[in-house]
Order: sequence, then C-alpha cells, then structure tokens
Amino acid sequence: MKNNKLLLLGDQAIALGAIQAGISGVYAYPGTPSTEITEYIQDSPIARERHLHCTWCTNEKTAMEAALGVSYVGRRALVCMKHVGMNVCADAFVNSAITGVNGGIVVVAADDPTMHSSQNEQDSRFYGKFAMVPILEPSSQQEAYDMMDYAFELSEREKLPVLVRIVTRLAHSRAAVTVREKTAAVACTGRQSVSADWVLLPANARRRYLEVIAAQPCLLQLAEETLYNVLSGTESVEKAERGIIACGIGYNYVMECYPDGCPYPLLKISQYPLPVGKIACLAGACKEMLVVEDGQPFVEEQLRGILPSAYTVKGRLSGDLPRTGELDPDSVKEALGLKSAQVYVPAHNVVARPPALCNGCGHRDVYDALNRVAAEYPGAKIFGDIGCYTLGALPPFRALDSCVDMGASITMAKGAADAGQFPVIAVIGDSTFTHSGMTGLLDAVNDRANITVVISDNLTTAMTGGQDSAGTNKFEAICIGLGVEPEHVRVVVPLPKNMEEITRIIREEINYPGVSVIIPRRECMQTLNRKLKQKRAEKK
Amino acid sequence: MKTDIILSGVGGQGILSVATIIGEAATRMGLTLKQAEVHGMSQRGGDVQSNLRLSDGCIASDLIPLGTADMILSLEPMEALRYLPYLATDGWIITSSVPFKNIPNYPDETELAAELGAQPRVVALDVEALARDNHIPRSANVILLGAASDFLKILDASTLRESVGCIFASKGEAVVEANLRAFDIGYDYVKQLNLNAL
Repeated sequence: MKNNKLLLLGDQAIALGAIQAGISGVYAYPGTPSTEITEYIQDSPIARERHLHCTWCTNEKTAMEAALGVSYVGRRALVCMKHVGMNVCADAFVNSAITGVNGGIVVVAADDPTMHSSQNEQDSRFYGKFAMVPILEPSSQQEAYDMMDYAFELSEREKLPVLVRIVTRLAHSRAAVTVREKTAAVACTGRQSVSADWVLLPANARRRYLEVIAAQPCLLQLAEETLYNVLSGTESVEKAERGIIACGIGYNYVMECYPDGCPYPLLKISQYPLPVGKIACLAGACKEMLVVEDGQPFVEEQLRGILPSAYTVKGRLSGDLPRTGELDPDSVKEALGLKSAQVYVPAHNVVARPPALCNGCGHRDVYDALNRVAAEYPGAKIFGDIGCYTLGALPPFRALDSCVDMGASITMAKGAADAGQFPVIAVIGDSTFTHSGMTGLLDAVNDRANITVVISDNLTTAMTGGQDSAGTNKFEAICIGLGVEPEHVRVVVPLPKNMEEITRIIREEINYPGVSVIIPRRECMQTLNRKLKQKRAEKK
Repeated sequence: MKTDIILSGVGGQGILSVATIIGEAATRMGLTLKQAEVHGMSQRGGDVQSNLRLSDGCIASDLIPLGTADMILSLEPMEALRYLPYLATDGWIITSSVPFKNIPNYPDETELAAELGAQPRVVALDVEALARDNHIPRSANVILLGAASDFLKILDASTLRESVGCIFASKGEAVVEANLRAFDIGYDYVKQLNLNAL
C-alpha cells in the first residue's frame, strides 16, 4: 500500500484519521482549539462524496446525543469539542458508557491549558475516568492520525465510547503525517442494538453499570499491552536516580531535553486507565519519579494511591513543575535539573497588546449604545456571555459585569432581577443564544422577569472563525415562540448613524416591566470581508 | 542541522502566510517541520506568534525553548522585542520597522527603535514604504521574507523564492509577479547592507 505525507494540524490529522476509519459523520459545536477538526471534514472531498454528516450542531450535548443515535444503528460517529464543551455534554457522555455503544463513538476533547482562548484549564481526562471509558492521549500529529482507526475499533470491541484528549499545542501545531492511501468503507457493525441496554430505567442501568465495572480489568489489560504505552530504560540492575512518566505531548518536551536519548527509565503514556503494572515496573527501576503531564495532575494524584506513600513522586502537585499553565520545554528542563540556554533579558519597550473588537464591528455600536443608556441609570448591571463580544469588558467599553459560561448572561440577569436589581441587561451573541440561551429565556418569560436581553446578531459564530450559526433568520420567531411579547422583540441595525434610535429603544425596553429582547443585527466584518474577497476573485 | 524561527506580529497582519511559504519550501527540500500556531481570540488584533521549527533530523517539541531561536521574524517592531528571551545569543532579528499602534499605551517610538537598534544582530526595514514605493502595497510581508531569506541557513534563498511562486500560483500571474518582485526587493535590501556576518 502506498503512503503519502501531508502537512497537517493535529486537528486535521484527527479528522482525516476519522474519515479513513469509516465514520458516518462528525457532530460538533465550534470551540478553540477543536474547531478545525470539523472544518477539515466539511472541506474534505471524500466526506462530500460520501455525504458524511458535518454541519454544526447547536451545542455539545445535541452533538453527543446525535452521535449516540448514529451508534445505536450500528454506525461510527466522531464528536468534537473544546474542554468546557465536555461540561455541556457531560450528561450524555457519562450515560453513554452505561448504555454502551453499537457503532464506535470517539469523543475528542481539546483542552486549552494556559487558557489561550478559554475560561478555565479543566483536564478532560477526569471525565474519561469518571465515565470509566478508555482515554487516548496522542503525543504527535502522526499518533493522533494513527489512533483514530484504533480508537473506533477499541470502541466497538469494548462497546464503550472512547475519549481522545488533546491539548492546544497538538491541535494547532502542524507537522508531516504519513497517511494511508486507502480509506475504509463507511463502517456498519450490522448488529441490532439491544433496547434493554439503552433504556436506562434503574433496573437496566444497575445491570449495565455492573457490566461497565466488570469491563475495567480488560481496559487495564489493554493499557498494559498497548503499543501506545512504552516503557524503556529499565534494564539496568542498579536503581536509576529518577524515572519519568510522560503523558501525551509531555513526552515531546522530555525528548527535547535529551536529543541523544533519555538517560532515565521512561514510561510514555498515551492510553488510560493507567497501566499500573508498567508503573510498578518503572518504580522498581528508579529511586523517585517525575510526572510530566499537560493540564491538571491527573496521573500524579493517582500515583499516590498506586505507589507506597514513602515513594517520592514529583510533578505539578509537588511544585517541581508549574501548577498552572501549559507545559513547555523550559519548565520540563528545569524540573529535570538541566540548565537553560543563556537568555536575553526581556526588552523594556514592550507592553501588552490585548485582542480587540474589529474596526467597524457591530458589537462596537451595541456597546456604545448600552454605555450611553447605562450612564443614565447609575448601578445598572450588564451581564455578558461568551464570544467576540466578551471583549466589550475591556477598554474602551468596560461595558460588562460578568462572563461565566455559555448562556449565563440571561440566567444571571434573571437571578439578579429576581433579587431586586434594576435595570438588568443581558448581552449574548446569536450562536451562544441558540447554544444555551433559549432555555434561560423561557425561565425568564415564565417568571415575567424584568430583564432586557440583547442578542447581538452578526449572523455567524465569529469568535471561532465564522462558522454557521444555528439560529440565523430564526431569532424573532424563537423569542416570540418562547413567549416574549411580539411588541417587545425589537430589531435594530447597529451603526453609528442609528445611535439615537438604538438608545431610545434600549431605554423603552428597560422601562418595560417584563422580558424584552433587542436584536441588533449586522453581519460580522470578518465574514463580510471574506465574502467580498471571494466575489472579487470570482469576477476576475 | 536545525533552524528555529519565532514568527510574530499583530493578529490579521498575515504571519501565517509567511509561515506557509517557508513550510512549502521546507517540505519540498525534505526537511522535518513543526509549526505551532495561534488561533482564536488573540487573532482579533492581539499579539500573535508562531513557532516554526525546521530540521534535517527529528523535532521533539512543538515549542521552541528559551534562548535557542535562530531568528525572530516579525511584521511589527514591538512584537519582535516581545520574544527577545527566545532568541539565541547569535540569533538574528528580521523585522518591519513600522509600529502598528492599536493600543493607547504604545511605547515611545524613538525609544523602541533605539532599543531594537541596540540589539547585536538586527535588520529593521520599512517594508510598507518599500511596498508602496514599488507599487506592491499588498506584498509587505513577502518583502520581509525576502530580507530574511539569506539568514535561513537550512533553506536556500532560491528554493524559498520558488515557494513564493507556488503559494501565490492560484491567484494569477500578476500576483505571482508582484510577490516575486517583493521577495527580490527584500533580498537586495539586505545584500546592500553588506552585513559582515553573512
């Protein structure tokens, strides 16, 4: 069979691996650093030819559940999200271990240590352990590609979903990947699902839970035997000064320190549950252990229950590696007691350059209007949400009082209004509203909460690069359908020339004692410019 | 042999297209490559950087360790200085000298230029004026690449120039021609500086 080399982002390697493993579709909501997985499938000629599902889902929970349906009928599905998306789909994800799978399900969670574009540093491996499913953690783009075939086979053989955990530096780093020329046919197990396994009434769920627990020794055995967990350097009779456990891309940082080969016993881990036998073997070969893992001290914590308490384990918990932020070759070098290269002192004439809303962006006019009106109501509170428009919290606007999680603007506004705050305004983007804002709006309508909701509609999911937004052209109908009075659903065009009209409408709706929705609607500058460019190119 | 490059600039300036050209050349020469990029929020006018590593052997880490980069290639002078701790003591800074001021507290330009100029190995050129004067206003980043080409020991300048042609080929002959000229302008600019180290 012929092999080709392609230059791929980690995300793209996963996408191609999944297509070639015979998936029927990808189910995902955009989120940095996971977005490019689905985008690659959307642009893939094979995916188009096979009519693989690749449109965006409304949120991560609907994505996970749709994938479960695909699995139920015996086909393979890929589910992708950023780490915080795991919180949104946790209900479906954890229960998918209890139902088990028919067709393979691979869930890719892209963690973002250092919070390059996120609200927290949660480590998705905890979710895999919590649900008691196998976890794969590739160390390179090649491994990410190779693992997809393996992951789908593993999922179908063990009848469990498989979690693939990556981090930003793998997702968004490009390298040459040797790819197979052959793409497997769209896979189908040909088995009927047993409904008693999928109807999680207590009697069924209790039986299935016992079966999941009974499968654990087998998952452990697989982790001991897999080619992805490699133990090396334990041949010496004398105990080494230290041993190293390197997880996922942590392995690369260790190898960067030792270009001529690691001088210590080393266990590379890319498949969980933790291979306790290999760990015991490593512990027997060295006097202490350093755990190099990106994210939270997932392995380091577990080692304290695996190794004798007197055994020294170093890592992020012990303070030998930084407790927060992504790993890098320098922090690993320091933990290994190696000297860094001579370094220039930082320059004086450098200041922070935070991101900002684009020139001409409609959100700018929304914040300008909100700030003008809010100035007339001392103590006004504006609850924000997640997207480009979160940048309204920064100068020059400083317009937002909160940004917590997808959809929280509306529900926090409602809670504040319940507690007597006035006026209360929620600012939420179009895509975030359909992701998780609609249910909160229904709560507000049912309680006649005195809040003003601004759905700043730029007709796209802008923050992640302009993906289709699930509610485009449907917002007035959705709000009215949820029970907002039609005369209190107002649409404006956020432009400086309309400032007087926009501020008047905001004032009117603040003074209306109930739920009102204002929809400033103007296309995102980024997607508009891209379309204009495309048009110009077509004309040529 | 290996070459580690920190590419830097401001979101939207187009550092990733410079990275794509270098990547194309490296791939054609059969080199190993790793390139860590920045996507997401910082692309909205914030500082952006990319770690580009080329080697004729293996590359372990996607990130470049402190004090080891062979070059900082920057489309903005303050952004060049931001990554100074990553530069090897014998590394070069090749940067646009034109400040991009989208923040209220941008440093004093004279002081910034003086600090940049005080670095032992630096080429700072006004790529935007060069692009304007030569009627190729959209090719400032390729002028910068041309200026850097002779310092990238692992790639030869002619291969890199070919890659400029390959990358822009889909945009038509006029665009290819403008960018090849931009590359040459940058290349010649550095040649006439007669830097002894070269």
